[in-house]
Amino acid sequence: MRLIPFIFVTILLLQGCSIEPWVMPYERARLADPIMLMDPNPVSSSYLNHVYQARESARGAESGQGGGCGCN
Amino acid sequence: MVRGAVVAVTRLSENKKRLAVINILRQTLGAKRHFVLIALLLACLPLTAAILPEDRFDALYHYYSGGGVDISGPSLLFRKQVAAPVSMSTHYYVDTISSASIDVVTQASPYNEERTEYGLNVDYLNGKSLLSMGYTTSSENDYVADTVNIGISQDFFGDLTNISLGFARGSDTVTRSTDNVFEEQIERRNYRLGLSQILSKNMTVTLAFDLTSDEGFLNNPYRRYRYATTVNNALTESWDYERYPGTRTSTALGMRGLYYLPYRAAIGLEVRQFSDTWGINAQNWQLFYRHPTAMGWLFEVRYRQYSQNRASFYSDLFNAQDAQNFMARDKELSTYSSQTLGITASYGFNTGAISWIERGSVNLSWDYMRFDYANFRNASVNRDPAKGPTYDVGKEPFYGFSANIIQLYLSVWY
Repeated sequence: MRLIPFIFVTILLLQGCSIEPWVMPYERARLADPIMLMDPNPVSSSYLNHVYQARESARGAESGQGGGCGCN
Repeated sequence: MVRGAVVAVTRLSENKKRLAVINILRQTLGAKRHFVLIALLLACLPLTAAILPEDRFDALYHYYSGGGVDISGPSLLFRKQVAAPVSMSTHYYVDTISSASIDVVTQASPYNEERTEYGLNVDYLNGKSLLSMGYTTSSENDYVADTVNIGISQDFFGDLTNISLGFARGSDTVTRSTDNVFEEQIERRNYRLGLSQILSKNMTVTLAFDLTSDEGFLNNPYRRYRYATTVNNALTESWDYERYPGTRTSTALGMRGLYYLPYRAAIGLEVRQFSDTWGINAQNWQLFYRHPTAMGWLFEVRYRQYSQNRASFYSDLFNAQDAQNFMARDKELSTYSSQTLGITASYGFNTGAISWIERGSVNLSWDYMRFDYANFRNASVNRDPAKGPTYDVGKEPFYGFSANIIQLYLSVWY
């Protein structure tokens, strides 16, 4: 019985082997537009993340990296 | 015959690369039960090409003003491909701080200081994998932080999916400018898992999971907590140095989605859930809209909302000195919410005059932030009846402040 979930997941993964790209390269013009960049200004976003990290307890899972202790 | 041999060699090479990725995953995750499934997934995924980041130079000036604190300085980034498979980047960052924050006003004297950060990063394109490693060092008169990081990212499914793994280790030295003997250490570890997915020809999304653990002296060496004392039957306040737990582990799960609108503009949503072993739960979301014009301008407007609850050992006013093992009165550990409204105007240009510059942009950004605290009171209020209305200890109004952030920067691609 313990093998059933394993077999189920394995079948799902093996199905993944046959996945074809559903957005073809010639259909990616809009995605290649600079306005669709996740982090178009890394220096600016890194700075803003540092501002947030210094004033908030939450950290991590953001688009850039900060640094320092940001005391006070 | 020759073609068949080439295909066989290529397959052999790709299998070796898959095994290398699997080995790195096994060492990073160390979870054998789940390793089998991940190995299966990787073994059947087609490997596709990755690319190095673009060569670029960024020069930024930043200015922050709010809550009695002014911070400004430059930030520089220089990235260059130095060989066919290698790109290097270096950055330099300065915070010049002038602080008369609420903590400083109630517990110490205003001060000025400077923090300087340098970093070096190397990206290596090995066949179809992008490996990166970096080192960052940051120093100020009472705090030195060194961090090393490594990472790997890989495209799958005809470049529709990108999976990345990262690990960083930091070592900080904390001193106190008023005490030559005081010196403490902090060890930090960060594990990061990222997934970037193209969902349609108009939409892309990224997921990020971070696990961070700290061990050592985690509180501010200057900040003190407030406790109630009684003098001549009157309630008054006293202060003593904060005491934090020696460890902290946090997890954060974030998602960012971008959608290309029916006309040439994009809308994005970012959400994040955070929790840690100090009892803090935080959530934030951000909505942004990007709109280019035919004249070469690009505008972005954004709104961000953040909220968190207090740490289990936080109190604005403790009942007594040494009332419990851990005691904090850091407003960043209290219950509060904040809002940010921002706008960026960018002007892009192509330089025909300078042959080695491909393109560039000039950017001006302004963000307005508002913080409202739910259990952090303004202890700097007037206590002298001769100077006007006074507040009883523990009955002061809740603290809040606004801040403005200005960024002016130039980006050049070459």
